[in-house]
Amino acid sequence: MSEQTLTLDDHEHHEHGPAKGLLRWVFTTNHKDIGTLYLIFSLTMFFIGGMMAMVIRAELFQPGLQLVEPGFFNQMTTMHGLIMVFGAVMPGFVGLANWQIPLMVGAPDMALPRMNNWSFWILPFAFTMLLSTLFMDGGAPDFGWTFYAPLSTTYAPPSVTFFIFAIHMMGISSIMGAMNIIVTLFNMRAPGMSLMQMPMFAWSWLITAFLLVAVMPVLAAVVTMMLMDIHFATSFFSAAGGGDPVLFQHIFWFFGHPEVYIMILPAFGVVSQILPTFSRKPLFGYHSMVYALIAIAILSFVVWAHHMFTVGMPIGGQLFFMYSTMLIAVPTGVKIFNWVATMFKGSLSFETPMLFAVAFVVLFTIGGFSGIMLAIAPIDFQYQDTYFVVAHFHYVLVPGAVFGIVAGVYYWLPKWCGKMYDESLGKTHFWLSFIGLNLTFFPMHFVGLAGMPRRIPDYSLQFADFNMMASMGAFLFGASQLVFVYLVIKAIRSGEKAAQVPWESAEGLEWTLPTPLPYHTFTTPPVFESKL
Amino acid sequence: MNLKTPKGLTVLVVFMFGFGFMLVPLYDVFCEITGLNGKTNGQYQGEITPAGSEKGRQVTLQFVVNKNDNLPWEFEPNQTEMTLAVGERRETTYRVTNTYKTAAIAQAVPSVSPAEAAEYLNKIECFCFEQQPLEAGEHKDMPLVFFVDPKLPAHINKLTLSYTLFDITNSKKPASDPHKVKKVVN
Repeated sequence: MSEQTLTLDDHEHHEHGPAKGLLRWVFTTNHKDIGTLYLIFSLTMFFIGGMMAMVIRAELFQPGLQLVEPGFFNQMTTMHGLIMVFGAVMPGFVGLANWQIPLMVGAPDMALPRMNNWSFWILPFAFTMLLSTLFMDGGAPDFGWTFYAPLSTTYAPPSVTFFIFAIHMMGISSIMGAMNIIVTLFNMRAPGMSLMQMPMFAWSWLITAFLLVAVMPVLAAVVTMMLMDIHFATSFFSAAGGGDPVLFQHIFWFFGHPEVYIMILPAFGVVSQILPTFSRKPLFGYHSMVYALIAIAILSFVVWAHHMFTVGMPIGGQLFFMYSTMLIAVPTGVKIFNWVATMFKGSLSFETPMLFAVAFVVLFTIGGFSGIMLAIAPIDFQYQDTYFVVAHFHYVLVPGAVFGIVAGVYYWLPKWCGKMYDESLGKTHFWLSFIGLNLTFFPMHFVGLAGMPRRIPDYSLQFADFNMMASMGAFLFGASQLVFVYLVIKAIRSGEKAAQVPWESAEGLEWTLPTPLPYHTFTTPPVFESKL
Repeated sequence: MNLKTPKGLTVLVVFMFGFGFMLVPLYDVFCEITGLNGKTNGQYQGEITPAGSEKGRQVTLQFVVNKNDNLPWEFEPNQTEMTLAVGERRETTYRVTNTYKTAAIAQAVPSVSPAEAAEYLNKIECFCFEQQPLEAGEHKDMPLVFFVDPKLPAHINKLTLSYTLFDITNSKKPASDPHKVKKVVN
């Protein structure tokens, strides 16, 4: 009897669309809903972190101290970094994964849907806690996003405890999201799809998810040690009790270096989906792309100390970390070569997703080259803690990670909401962003090489022109993101109906589904035929 | 439902959390074995004057202190520099004065530069091996007995031995708590 009712309910459930009302979003276990929540959350955080960047650039518009107190400036640089890394980029990619992975491997949903709901809904609480520190006595964390001890222990504002718990919660959320992706990809691929036939986006996320599962617990461990040093009289990072502040940097970067690949590998995946579509050619060197991803992930565990060449490392250590870091340029070079080879002699067209993807390849390579410069230990002594470092990691994160997410949204938006976005607005968004970010970050190379230190609210007069240029670029980049928000809202509310395959020669299981997408897809597994 | 993958991943997460903490002893062991990071050895237990192959070799040893805002006591080496032969047993002292109006306990933490030389500076007796309780206003000449291992790499001819004093009177609070210093001074 009860069995019968269950089957009946289950059947009815499949026929129905989403639940009515706002609570739908709270209780949802649907991968599409959760993907949307992640993406909206990521966009919100992108704007909050972006406003902090605007405060920083406004203060640096001219030499001297004009707008904010130096202490508040420190809080802005710290919070900008934390929010962009943990609030904008990481959830953005998890959002893309939630939407696309089940569609691309032919699964009805993520493998652990309730955990999926839980892993999203932790995030708003974590970031509310983190942002609330701005209004606390002593202010928000002001020790840099890398929170080096003893700045983050002995000399930290009291709000550091809230920061620690926020990091714990974000970590739990990321770990659960990553486990969900691994379990989905291992167990729920369409019949006939072997691992080596998965779309490149799924591969990039599989590797990323393993990195997350491996290093987020180390981040949790290091903030736990901080918590114990601050409140429970331990001395992990305090020399007085036999600890060592340099140990903090080692543990942090043991997490931190894989973390930077966590932020870029999914973008590699997105670009590897988009370039073949708009080149009308299959991806060049699929197998080498997979092996390059795996090589980058493995190498990322043995290069961490290149972030700390100047702490007084013995020459042997410097050489080891210098060479191992440079070795990463090999698999990364393989990927860039393959992307260029995919486009080579292709029949290219430049719709908005392609523009972002091509800009990704070019600008990420610039960021990669400045990375190789920073990897050279003797030269790093000059670049350490200058704007050159800021230019480097913004070149890999803004036109790298952020363009990756934006390109993915443009590419898949017609499938997600069944409506086409306004192409000319999309191109406007691209060109304004492209000009804005280069104007912002390119001059930073020059002031960095000339010795301008990072994280300081004032600077010498000779850096004034380049800084004014960078600030104007930043305002342009920031404002042009409003075009993106307008474009997405316009597409959802009044966009033209999108075709089932909006892009000529787009391939993959996601395009075999009708547009607009039903609320439940692939309830019966599709038949997968390999093109390889 | 197939729970094998999630279970395996949970084990990996727990292991990596533990590994984060395991890095603490691993780091100490690594530094001890390699002598990296300027960490000096503990008390030297072997033969006091090991037979050196190059007995005539002279090295310079500088003695310095690093004042720390955690413990603003008077603390100086009584001899700032000495030239000695490798394998030669020598002694010196550091003078410390408790400038507080209360008794307190200090702990000295040593460091050797260049870090590469740390494992060749052997301490037979050192005030840094023990806690140093001092009454208010008390002076003390704290002894140090040591020798330089003849195996010291040939390109090093000058070593610097530095000590930093930390207040560990109230072990219930982290010794580096800046608020504590104020309390003791008051």
